[in-house]
Amino acid sequence: METITDTINAVTWHMACYVDDIPEDGGGCAFISGKQIAIFNFSRRGEWYATDNQCPHRQQMAISRGMIGSQGEEPKVACPFHKKTFSLQTGQCLNDDEYRINTFPVMVKENRVYIGL
Amino acid sequence: MKAVSNTRIVVVGNGMVGYKFCEKLLSKKKDGQDFTITVFGEEPRAAYDRVHLSEFFAGKTADDLSMAGIDWYAENGIRLFLSDPVVDIDREEKLVRSHHGHIVYYDYLVMATGSGAFVPSIPGVEKDGVFVYRTIEDLELIQSYAKKARRGAVIGGGLLGLEAAKALLDLGLEEAHVVEFAPRLMPRQIDDAGSRMLQSQLESLGLHIHLSKSTQEIKGDDCIEGMQFADNTFLEVDMLVISAGIRPRDEVAKIAGLETHPRGGIVVNNQLQTSDPFIFAIGECALAHHMIYGLIAPGYEMADVVATMLTGGEKEFLPYDMSTKLKLIGTDVASFGDPFVEEPACRTIRYENKAKGIYKRINVSTDGKTLLGGILVGEAEQYNMLLQTCKNKTILPPDSEDLILGSRGGEEAGAGVMSLPDDALICSCEAVTKGMICHEVGENGHQTVDALKKCCKAGTGCGGCIPMVKDLITGVLKEKGVYVRNVVCEHFDYSRQELMDLVKMNGLKTYGAVLDHHGKGDGCEICKPVVASVLASLWNENILEKDRAVVQDSNDRYLANIQKGGTYSVVPRIPGGEITPEKLIVIGQVAQKYGLYTKITGGQRIDLFGAHLGDLPDIWEELIDAGFESGHAYGKSLRTVKSCVGSTWCRFGVQDSVSFAIEVEDRYKGLRSPHKLKSAVSGCVRECAEAQSKDFGIIATDKGWNLFVCGNGGAKPQHAQLLASDVDKETCLRLIDRFLMFYIKTADPLTRTATWLNKMEGGMNYLKAVVVDDVLGIAEELERDMQNLIDVYKCEWREVVESPELRKRFTHFVNTPIKDPSITFAEMREQKKATEWA
Ligand SMILES: Cc1cc2nc3c(=O)[nH]c(=O)nc-3n(C[C@H](O)[C@H](O)[C@H](O)COP(=O)(O)OP(=O)(O)OC[C@H]3O[C@@H](n4cnc5c(N)ncnc54)[C@H](O)[C@@H]3O)c2cc1C
Ligand code: SF4
Ligand code: SF4
Ligand code: FES
Repeated sequence: METITDTINAVTWHMACYVDDIPEDGGGCAFISGKQIAIFNFSRRGEWYATDNQCPHRQQMAISRGMIGSQGEEPKVACPFHKKTFSLQTGQCLNDDEYRINTFPVMVKENRVYIGL
Repeated sequence: MKAVSNTRIVVVGNGMVGYKFCEKLLSKKKDGQDFTITVFGEEPRAAYDRVHLSEFFAGKTADDLSMAGIDWYAENGIRLFLSDPVVDIDREEKLVRSHHGHIVYYDYLVMATGSGAFVPSIPGVEKDGVFVYRTIEDLELIQSYAKKARRGAVIGGGLLGLEAAKALLDLGLEEAHVVEFAPRLMPRQIDDAGSRMLQSQLESLGLHIHLSKSTQEIKGDDCIEGMQFADNTFLEVDMLVISAGIRPRDEVAKIAGLETHPRGGIVVNNQLQTSDPFIFAIGECALAHHMIYGLIAPGYEMADVVATMLTGGEKEFLPYDMSTKLKLIGTDVASFGDPFVEEPACRTIRYENKAKGIYKRINVSTDGKTLLGGILVGEAEQYNMLLQTCKNKTILPPDSEDLILGSRGGEEAGAGVMSLPDDALICSCEAVTKGMICHEVGENGHQTVDALKKCCKAGTGCGGCIPMVKDLITGVLKEKGVYVRNVVCEHFDYSRQELMDLVKMNGLKTYGAVLDHHGKGDGCEICKPVVASVLASLWNENILEKDRAVVQDSNDRYLANIQKGGTYSVVPRIPGGEITPEKLIVIGQVAQKYGLYTKITGGQRIDLFGAHLGDLPDIWEELIDAGFESGHAYGKSLRTVKSCVGSTWCRFGVQDSVSFAIEVEDRYKGLRSPHKLKSAVSGCVRECAEAQSKDFGIIATDKGWNLFVCGNGGAKPQHAQLLASDVDKETCLRLIDRFLMFYIKTADPLTRTATWLNKMEGGMNYLKAVVVDDVLGIAEELERDMQNLIDVYKCEWREVVESPELRKRFTHFVNTPIKDPSITFAEMREQKKATEWA
């Protein structure tokens, strides 16, 4: 798998997929160094996001299959299992203070999507 | 009482009240005050919601019940020792010693040790198969023992005993018995007549009830085999739950020389101080005003009193109202105020309806002005209102029987609660008043139950006040002149019906277009499926094409039902439940090939579970080749049309129900609606297909068919009502066309036909007038719209299988063809099942 190391910001960019692998205003899951990462193409806002694919509520590998949207200005994703919603920016669960997921930086270059881990 | 800076506080017991005390202490803490809090808990888990313990059997996990995670204690600087009871208090040195040998000094000690189950000394109680009902561990033991038991009994016909007995039934025991010493059930809460009504209700649920029985011995070798009663009768049982009352946990307090009551309980004064002023006792271990308060609301109030005092405030614990509303036992029971006062000390009004299993009694003061107390069995909707009326000594209307019969003037919902005084306690668990809630709704814009739970904790305790909280929200908004409409969500300021009209008028076909034209923001998981359903109901185009795939709900997104663990289930359509041997074989072969668990569904078809996302298109390709179509089990759409075998084979049948069922199912397959639709056709009045529990059901008569609508099985069963009788097939289908289309156009999202009808002004008469008599003059349009949908029907799975573009989306990973490695299965009865929730 293709990677780019950015020593200044201390991230390694992993090539995850091509832009059209992820549906517009939807998500997909990439397998990167043994980790499941959910990637979202929020084309309505012209933004990309990446988070854990695992929902902390019942440990289901499903966040990438959730619907995305907004709450006020905050972009969010809803787990398809029990509809816990998470901020795509901070990973904080918006309808249950107890949960949080990790978020990762995304870089799109020449039709490729890279995730920083 | 003045708090010194950095006060060391030790809490003994991490139950609901002990936890609440910590929470309250932290939130009341003022600047400059500093507490070092140490909590000892005897149970292996941090505090959890004991009140809803029985929900553990309904699938809630220990996590769901937990009051706060371990992290919460750490984040708030609380030292928490679990599985480590305090065994000794040295009041001279002001220190406690724990079982594991920890020694902690205190400035103030708070005893919150709760109660244990009281186990009477019947010979044989130590045998295997005898349990109490108090902790999660108890329930785990009961659950695993119940797997091999057939008959169970509960000693104790009080509040907890009945809850436990219902739980035994829910655990699948064939017989569940309640054995009560007193001559009636719930002797402390309700009167004779109420008990009798409750008993017949519980018996109809399948409980066996034995009154005036005293258990003499528990028989059996190592395990319980039966119960011997004093009247020489015997009951064979494989397991027993003892729920004969509670026993305050005062043993440590007693050893430390604190004053305790001979019948149990740590004696406290109005400040909840024990005989040692540096030691408090709260919750179910404390004996205040000469009694143990065995309910959660007074326990929380005690926690509040001590937290207030330790943070420098002043507060007393006053005698507390012991009203109860029971849950979980399958029928409503409530009592409040003084339920037992008799004439001439009061005027009593009773209402009894044996057919419906309802008994109500209220006790009104002799001058008719105030409500003293009462009992509700079988229907307790008015409980909250009555409780408030009673507590606040509200002056009663002249016709006080209206209080239990319901006003016959058609008063609007919400008007009742708004007449309460501002200081009326609405949520007694968290001490939230009407004034506080109205303020949060009106001034701070917290207009949903969830928002209120967050900002003032209303409704987070036992949850009994939530209906009232909802009424208050509606009431406040109405007063402010806000027209309360069921708008979809923050992105669409329209009801579903309004939105549907707009989308139709403007011919919009994608979610993006609908959002651009009629919404704002970026959408969310609420409006996306609503719009998706509206689009499908209007145009019936493939739900995964254009931008529609990503706005479908979890199941529709992959045309399959997502199951525990992240696999999917597959349900091919089997119209009317009729299937050829050849097709049955194909299903078997597919299941074998892809390793699927197979089960016959309640709707006469076959469900294949455990399919990997990536396998779905291949599975469907094989099924479609064999002539199957999508069963739409994943959609809010027509599910099955069940049928009995009818006149072709059955000696009673008067019409061919199977043929008609197949015709009906083929006609409406793929029809998307606000919620799922179920139907059935029976071949005669014996009704073997259970058509009267369906959204629309058809029953054969000598002359034709009777059409019933708006029935429901599921969580809230409701009988369907007759829409038309003795009609021929064509008329029957025409009426169904109209009925379904009218429902699709006017119902709120996720509203089944039964609820839709219940909310409809004019009810069944109005529905009949629209559908049968066409008073609105829309019948033709409804029929035309339905015909359009039927004409464009295509099997959506076939379209996916045939389109490489759509097929491509059915993979777990976008960058590798491997399947989700986190999916695991367990084995059961030679098939597989999903592994339990982690
Ligand atoms: C099945 C069930 C249903 C109920 N339903 C309702 C209802 O509908 N409404 C209602 O109002 N109430 C209900 N109750 C009662 C309610 O749960 C109790 O009133 C409440 O839990 C009391 O809280 P507590 O903190 O005082 O005691 P508990 O919750 O019992 O907590 C006390 C804790 O202290 C621990 N402990 C004891 N001794 C020590 C020691 N020496 N050192 C350390 N820890 C110790 C115990 O192990 C326990 O964990 C129900 C109870 C049960 C069991
Ligand atoms: S409903 Fe009537 S026709 Fe159908 S199986 Fe039952 S008895 Fe026979
Ligand atoms: S199939 Fe229905 S009734 Fe059974 S567990 Fe699932 S939701 Fe509950
Ligand atoms: S598993 Fe995600 S919300 Fe339950």
